[in-house]
Amino acid sequence: MTENATDIWVFAEQNEGDIHPVTYELLGKGRELAEKLDADLCAVLMTPEETDTEELIYRGADKVYITVDPIFDSPTESVFKNNLIDLAEKEDPEIILMGATNFGRSLAPRVAAALKTGLTADCTGLEATDDGEFVQIRPAFTGNVLAHICTSSTPKMSTVRYGEFDKAERDPERTGEVVRVDAKTEEDEEIEILEKSAEQEINLEGAQVVVSGGRGLKDANDFEIIENCADLFKGEVGSSRPLVDEGWIDREHQVGYSGKRVRPEAYFACGISGASQHLAGIKDSDIIIAINSDPSAPIFNVADYGIVGDLYDVIPKLIEEVKKRK
Amino acid sequence: MSGETDSGKQERHFVVPIKQVPDMDEVKFDREEGRIDRSSAGTEPNPFDLNALEEAVRLKEELGGSITVISMGPPQAESTLKDALARGADRAILLTDKAFAGADTWATSLTLAAVVEKISPFDMIFCGEKTIDGDTGQVGPEIAELLNIPHIAYVSEVLERNDSNLVVETDVWNRTYTKRLNFPGLITVTKDVNEPRLPSFKDKMEAKKATIEEWGMEEISDIYTEEEVGLNGSKTMVNQIEVAPEVEREGELFRGDIDEAIIKLVDRLEEEGILRDTA
Repeated sequence: MTENATDIWVFAEQNEGDIHPVTYELLGKGRELAEKLDADLCAVLMTPEETDTEELIYRGADKVYITVDPIFDSPTESVFKNNLIDLAEKEDPEIILMGATNFGRSLAPRVAAALKTGLTADCTGLEATDDGEFVQIRPAFTGNVLAHICTSSTPKMSTVRYGEFDKAERDPERTGEVVRVDAKTEEDEEIEILEKSAEQEINLEGAQVVVSGGRGLKDANDFEIIENCADLFKGEVGSSRPLVDEGWIDREHQVGYSGKRVRPEAYFACGISGASQHLAGIKDSDIIIAINSDPSAPIFNVADYGIVGDLYDVIPKLIEEVKKRK
Repeated sequence: MSGETDSGKQERHFVVPIKQVPDMDEVKFDREEGRIDRSSAGTEPNPFDLNALEEAVRLKEELGGSITVISMGPPQAESTLKDALARGADRAILLTDKAFAGADTWATSLTLAAVVEKISPFDMIFCGEKTIDGDTGQVGPEIAELLNIPHIAYVSEVLERNDSNLVVETDVWNRTYTKRLNFPGLITVTKDVNEPRLPSFKDKMEAKKATIEEWGMEEISDIYTEEEVGLNGSKTMVNQIEVAPEVEREGELFRGDIDEAIIKLVDRLEEEGILRDTA
């Protein structure tokens, strides 16, 4: 064992230089674990441009490894993997936490396989026992049970979804060490990026309020009603899968098992019957409000608040009432 | 004719790992006992793997060649492989051995990668983005790393099927990226990538009669020992199963007086601070 053997790493995912907010949630949980395990918490940032590392320290990092090189400007897994495993082999961390973003879920298994170590996906809990064991908790069998998982190899690696843990408290008095690391700049010859779309504005996973439309909508243009309601709550517009398949709304709005999983304070399901594939994406919402004209719709079984009625009637009335009170 | 290539050139070969999964809607769960009963549930091919297979079939239609499907599981997983043959696969390998049981994603990937090495060369491997029972999405990228080939995950559309590469779309970093991936490589696909075709009756009948190759430890023993696969080779262990706390929902249902329902709802939203937070 080297002196770093108890270090806990948080992979600070950045998107074109902007640190993904899941990083601060991982730092919050990482800090807790570090106190319990008497370990150092390190953030590992690979970024195309000079990035403010202070925020990572204010949010709990004792140490920041920063590698700056334009090669980190695109999401090419092999480039990040080569840099991350190189550093991990040198520093020998005990634990590596990564965000379960699409990029994280694609990168983490490559890193784990390269390091010949175990990886646990989508943890909803991370704990350290009194005798120093690191326990990863994740739902299994559609969330009916929680599996407690231990890793026998090191580094022990876990991914965690965005929105699962609370953001770390910010303490501008905190100090930490910044370590600059040289980049391995070998390009991936086998993958070429040809194009990238405009940035998606929508942030379903981080939204406080999500208003979703389903088959109860009669026309694609009627998403305007859903949007008006979402705007009122400064929320995001979601959709059930059929309307995405119909081409009524872009795929990035899809909520459900094969779309985005949301956990807002309030989720409005408007004209959504509640197929299990949709329910899997909303079950962690604080309050579920269902509006549907069919009283036997399964969505009512999981809703805190069900209104049997036509969404074209209910939503305008709801908007009116909310405006009255604001 | 498809399948024939220039002299000296290998015929195209595509590989699709497929998992047989329980029908999750039918898995019974005894909350009192904290027990999962999979036996009552039927099985099906992992739905995402069918999208992967369909994508392999489309590439085969374009470039010729053959498709090998591989599944690791109990002998019953044979039915999933027969289904894959009916859908357009040419060769099916069932990896079944007590030594493979209890594998985590690492040991699973290691075993599947060993089989792919055995049946190499190959041009592309197609995987589903995840399985509906394990729900990790790790096996595809892990296989790619073990075989030292590039991969692209979460492919939502294949734009071009070229002689030596694929051009695909993938959602990552808050954008849709268009990437070119050279052969040999691996992609994992989402449900959006295609609509899998249903096999014809004739193809189903033929697949029923097909032989499925059964491989066990013996077939990969020159690469790995029993200690390196299955539960023995796994790096993660489940050491406790806890019954998830039931989410209590009040479940108030309003029918009839919508105005009253709305007032009560907005009262609640106000109480929860949702109106304040979004004002």
